[in-house]
Amino acid sequence: MNEQIALSVQNVYKVFGKRPAEAVKRMKAGKTRDEVSALGTAAVIDASFDVRAGEIFVVMGLSGSGKSTLIRTLNGLQPQTAGNVVVGGTDISTISDAELRKVRQQKISMVFQHFALMPHRTVADNAAYALEVQGMAKAERLARAEKVLKLVGLEGWGDKFPAELSGGMQQRVGLARALCAETDILLMDEAFSALDPLIRREMQEQLVALQADLGKTIVFITHDLNEAMFLGDRIAVMRDGRIVQIGTPDDILTHPANDYVAQFVQDVDRTRVLTAGSVMEPARAVVNLSGGPRNALRTMRDLQTSAAFVVDQRRTFFGTVRDRDVMHLVESRAPDLAAAVRNGNGAVRAETPLSELFGLAVESPIPLPVVDDEGRLVGAIPRVTLLAALGNVPSSTTDIPIVESAPAPIPEQEVTRTLNKTSMGIKTSAEGGTR
Amino acid sequence: MDLEFRIPLGDWVDVGLDWLLATFAAVFAFIRTVFLAAYDSLEWLLTTPPSWAIIIVFAAIAYAARGWKLALGTALGFLLIVGVNQWDNAMESFALVIVATVVAILLSVPTGILAASSATASAIIRPILDFMQTMPAMVYLIPALVMFRVGVVPGIIATIIFSMAPGVRFTELGIRGVDKEVVEAGYAFGSSPGSILRKIQLPLAMPTIMAGINQVIMLALSMVVIAGMVGAGGLGGEVVASLNRIDAGLGFEAGLAVVILAIFLDRVTASVGKTSEPGGRAGAGRLAKQSLQNA
Ligand SMILES: Nc1ncnc2c1ncn2[C@@H]1O[C@H](COP(=O)(O)OP(=O)(O)OP(=O)(O)O)[C@@H](O)[C@H]1O
Ligand SMILES: [Mg+2]
Repeated sequence: MNEQIALSVQNVYKVFGKRPAEAVKRMKAGKTRDEVSALGTAAVIDASFDVRAGEIFVVMGLSGSGKSTLIRTLNGLQPQTAGNVVVGGTDISTISDAELRKVRQQKISMVFQHFALMPHRTVADNAAYALEVQGMAKAERLARAEKVLKLVGLEGWGDKFPAELSGGMQQRVGLARALCAETDILLMDEAFSALDPLIRREMQEQLVALQADLGKTIVFITHDLNEAMFLGDRIAVMRDGRIVQIGTPDDILTHPANDYVAQFVQDVDRTRVLTAGSVMEPARAVVNLSGGPRNALRTMRDLQTSAAFVVDQRRTFFGTVRDRDVMHLVESRAPDLAAAVRNGNGAVRAETPLSELFGLAVESPIPLPVVDDEGRLVGAIPRVTLLAALGNVPSSTTDIPIVESAPAPIPEQEVTRTLNKTSMGIKTSAEGGTR
Repeated sequence: MDLEFRIPLGDWVDVGLDWLLATFAAVFAFIRTVFLAAYDSLEWLLTTPPSWAIIIVFAAIAYAARGWKLALGTALGFLLIVGVNQWDNAMESFALVIVATVVAILLSVPTGILAASSATASAIIRPILDFMQTMPAMVYLIPALVMFRVGVVPGIIATIIFSMAPGVRFTELGIRGVDKEVVEAGYAFGSSPGSILRKIQLPLAMPTIMAGINQVIMLALSMVVIAGMVGAGGLGGEVVASLNRIDAGLGFEAGLAVVILAIFLDRVTASVGKTSEPGGRAGAGRLAKQSLQNA
C-alpha cells in the first residue's frame, strides 16, 4: 500500500433506515437514490477517494448532501453500510470495538461544529481529554495540554471553563483537544461554521499555518465555497449523497464537472481563489535579449504588437520593450537591446491571487508578465483575461477587444522601412524570434 | 344483550403470588432481614441521642445546603415536632423514608441508565413505570404484606415501588438530554462507553437526576401514612390510629410532622441539585472533578 495515502475510502455507502443492505444492493444494480427511498435514506452513495498524507481535503456540498455522514464513517462513528474505510493502513470496517478505539486514540481525531466541549471540565482538562483517554498521568497530560493551548493562542486560559470563553476561543479549545491527541489525521466537520465571519477567517488562516507547521492530514467539511477554496488542497463536491467531482480549487472553478458544480461555484469570490498561474496565457510577444534590437523589432512587427517581453536564453524575465524605443535603438545602430528594457520587476509570480493583480493590471498598458519561482517567464495575463476569469467566461473572448490593452503598434511599413534603412546587408538569423 | 364473561385475573395473581412465595421464600426472608437491619440501625441512630443533638445536626445540614434561614426554619420545625410529642414517630418515619429512598435510587438510577442506552429497554421499562406509578399505592401493600409479614418491611417495599418511577424517568431524561455532540466527541477520541457514562453523561445529567431524586423522596414521604397501615409505625401509624379513634387533634399533629419532614428534605435535596446545575458551572466542574478523583 502506498504510504503517501493517509486515508482511503473505497466504494462507501451509508443508508439509514429499515433495510440498508437491500438499498445498497439495488443502487449497485443501478437504481437511483429516490427509487430506493422506501428502503431507507441513502446519505452516502458509492464514495471513493484517497486523502494524501499532509493535505487538506475538503468535502463541500449543500445541507443534507451527506457530508457529516461521510466524515463520520471515517472514524467509525457511523459505520458504513458497504465499502471500506482504511485509516493509516487499517481497514476500520473489519476491526473489533477495542481496536477501533485504539485507532481513534492514535490515528484520527475530530473537531466538531458546535465545539462539543465538556462544560463541566476546565479548558485544560478538555484539551487534555484525548491524553486522559490514552491513560497518560495527570501532570504530564496537563503539561502537554498547556503547550498545545499556547500553540492555538490560548495561553493562560487553562483554568477557565468553556462557558467563560467566546465561540472562537471555544473552537480553539476544540482544535487543541484534537491536536493534543497527536494523531496524523484530523477530521473537521463544519468546524468554523458557527463562528463570526471575521473570527472564521482568522481561524482558517491559523489552521493553514498549523497545518504547514505540523503536517497534519485534514479532512474538512464545509458548505461554504469560499472556505473550501481557501483551505482545500483538493475539494470533493457532494450532491445528494454522491461525490460529483474531486479536484483542486482551480479545477473545480475552471472546469466544473457538471452544471451542479458550475452553479455551486458561481458565486465564489474568484479573486481569492484563482492565481495568476491559473488564468495566464502563453506569452506570445517574447524577444531574446541576446538577439539584439533589430531582431526584437522584427518580431514585434510580425506579431503586430507594440511591446514585447525580454528574456534571456534560460527564459529569465528581464523586462519589456516598446517598439518605439527599440526603433530608436535600431536607428542609432545600437547593438544592445538592454538599453530599451523597462520595468524589469513588473512581473507577478504564478501563485499571486487575482485579487492582487487588479492594481497592476490597471497601471500596465501591456499584458502582465508571469514568472515562476526562478524568475523565468511562464505566461502573460492580458487585462481581458483577468476580467474574463472573474466572470468565468471562456477566455477565448480575449480576441474581442473589450479593453484596449496596449497602445497601437507603429504601422508595419514604417518598421520595415527602418529595418531596411539600417540594414548593413547582414542577414539576421531567425534566432530570437517568437520562441 | 350483555357480554357475559369473567377473566379470573385475580385468581391468576393469587396463584402467581403463591408460587413466588413458595419458590423464593429464602430470597424474601433475606430481603426482610437486610431491610429490617438497615431500618433498625438508622432508627437507633436517630432516636438514641437526645433530640436536641439530632436537631443541631439537621440544622447544620440545612445550613450547609442552603444557608442560615433554612437552618433556623429546620430547628424551629423540629422543635415543634418535639413540642407535639411526635419526635420518636417522626424519626421512625424518617428512617423508613431514608432506607426506602436509598434503595429506590440504587434501583432507579441504573434502570434509567439502561433505558437511556437502548430504545428497546426504554420501550419495555416505560409502561412498567406507568403501571407502578398509577396503580393505587395500597394495592402493593397486600402482596408486600404476604411476602414480608406485618411490620416496617412491607411499608419500605411498597414505598420503594411507588417512589421509584421518577428516579428512572429523570435519569433517562437527563442522560438523553446530554449534548449528542459531546458524547460523540467522547467516542471520537476513543473512550469506552463506560468511561463516557462516568465522565460525560452522568456528570452532565446530574442536575436532572438530582431533580428526580428529590421527587423520589417526596413520593416516599407521601407513602409514609399508607405504610402505617401495615404496621410500619412512625407518623403513619399515628395517623392510622387517629383515624380509628376519630381523633382529629392527634391526626393533625402527626400530619404536621410529616409536612415539616417533607419541607426539610425537599429544600435540602433541591439545593444539592442546584449547585450542580449549569448555572453554577464552576460548581459543576468542582463536583465532577471530585467525582473523578474519587473514581
Ligand atoms: N442518524 C440518521 N438517521 C436517519 N437519517 C439520517 C441520519 N443522519 C443523517 N441522515 C440523513 O442523511 C442525509 C445526509 O445527512 P448529513 O447530516 O450527512 O448531511 P450534511 O451534508 O452534513 O448536511 P448539513 O450541512 O445540514 O450538516 C440527510 O438526508 C439526513 O436526513
Ligand atoms: Mg453536517
